[in-house]
Amino acid sequence: MNLNLTLLGQAISFAIFVWFCMKFVWPPVIAALEERSKKIADGLEAANRASRDLELAQEQASQILRESKENAAEIIEQANKRASQMVDEAKEQVIADGKRLREVAQAEIEQDVMRAKEALRAQVSVLAFAGAEKILGATIDEKAHSEIVEQLAKEL
Amino acid sequence: MASENPSASEYIKHHLQNLTFGQHPDGSWGIAETSQQASDMGFWAIHLDTMGFSIGLGILFLWLFRIAAKKASTDTPTGLQNFVELMVEFVDNSVKESFHGKSKVIAPLALTIFVWIFLMNLMDLIPVDFVPRIAHDVFGLDYFKIVPTTDINATLGLSLSVFFLIIFYSISIKGIGGFAKELTLQPFNTPIMIPFNFVLEMVGLLAKPVSLALRLFGNLYAGELIFILIAVLPWFAQWALSVPWAIFHILVITLQAFIFMMLTIVYLSMASEEH
Repeated sequence: MNLNLTLLGQAISFAIFVWFCMKFVWPPVIAALEERSKKIADGLEAANRASRDLELAQEQASQILRESKENAAEIIEQANKRASQMVDEAKEQVIADGKRLREVAQAEIEQDVMRAKEALRAQVSVLAFAGAEKILGATIDEKAHSEIVEQLAKEL
Repeated sequence: MASENPSASEYIKHHLQNLTFGQHPDGSWGIAETSQQASDMGFWAIHLDTMGFSIGLGILFLWLFRIAAKKASTDTPTGLQNFVELMVEFVDNSVKESFHGKSKVIAPLALTIFVWIFLMNLMDLIPVDFVPRIAHDVFGLDYFKIVPTTDINATLGLSLSVFFLIIFYSISIKGIGGFAKELTLQPFNTPIMIPFNFVLEMVGLLAKPVSLALRLFGNLYAGELIFILIAVLPWFAQWALSVPWAIFHILVITLQAFIFMMLTIVYLSMASEEH
């Protein structure tokens, strides 16, 4: 229980320990702690930012998707329209072609008929003369009567 | 031991005596062999066991914390670094709560006080006969007290250092005039009451280091004494008392270290704040 030099010895060693602690222990540890808490704060902020970015990107993506769907629908509709138009055009073309062909054929037929008629007419007068000669037994003046026969032939 | 078969009171007295080195009254230097010799040495003597253990534990504390401080990084902390960071953060929070000024000394001071006093108190949990027996049988030393905080010199040494810091802070922040005003113009702010105020304030000021030292010393001395008393019991009965007391004492040693630290912070923050 005696007070003695131990008192001073303790005070001196205490001062040295505090000095050492202040110089070599406290600053690095507290610096590391502060740096880590800053790092964590930065990390949290980055995470927040990233999630916000993600939300934005998702929104953008869905918008792009919607737009492209609309575009695609439009394109398909146009294509459909164009296709039906083409079919219609083709149909009209075919009908017109058919009509034209028929007309040509008809004209040709008519021409043929006319030609046949002409030939027949030419033959009629000859036949008529030959028949008449046989009936009358005499030669008919071709010049005198051909006019009458031709008249007749024309009426055929 | 002083005698081979000591009585209970001899045993207790023996365990409460420090290993003292100093000048004998006849002028020769040496280690005191009895407590009478030790007290005859007066002020110019030193307790080798107290100094040795306290310095050893202080170096242990700084060595451990220095290792962690060197490795301190922002990566995930492991093992020792984790523990050291925990302690530093705990002390830092305690300081920030109570001390509002800016000082580079307070926080390391508080950390040193807390860990060092805790380690010195922890020596109390080593069985009372263990180290003295080794000291006696191996080194031939008669007295050996391993708990530095059961030595009033150790606790008073700490509290007087804190006291000088209190005065230093008071003067450096408020100036000598401010400090003198604080001592003389409170609590009654009239010139007539200056002597009364001064006496009152001086008592308050001086009570701080004395109460700091005596609180720590008293708690640990009492705890040590009870361990010694338990050690006087028959060997087969000792565990029934020493185990519960040791478990309870874990709380006491931590609490006393914490109280010493907190009061130091509070006193210094009081010293550095204007009223």
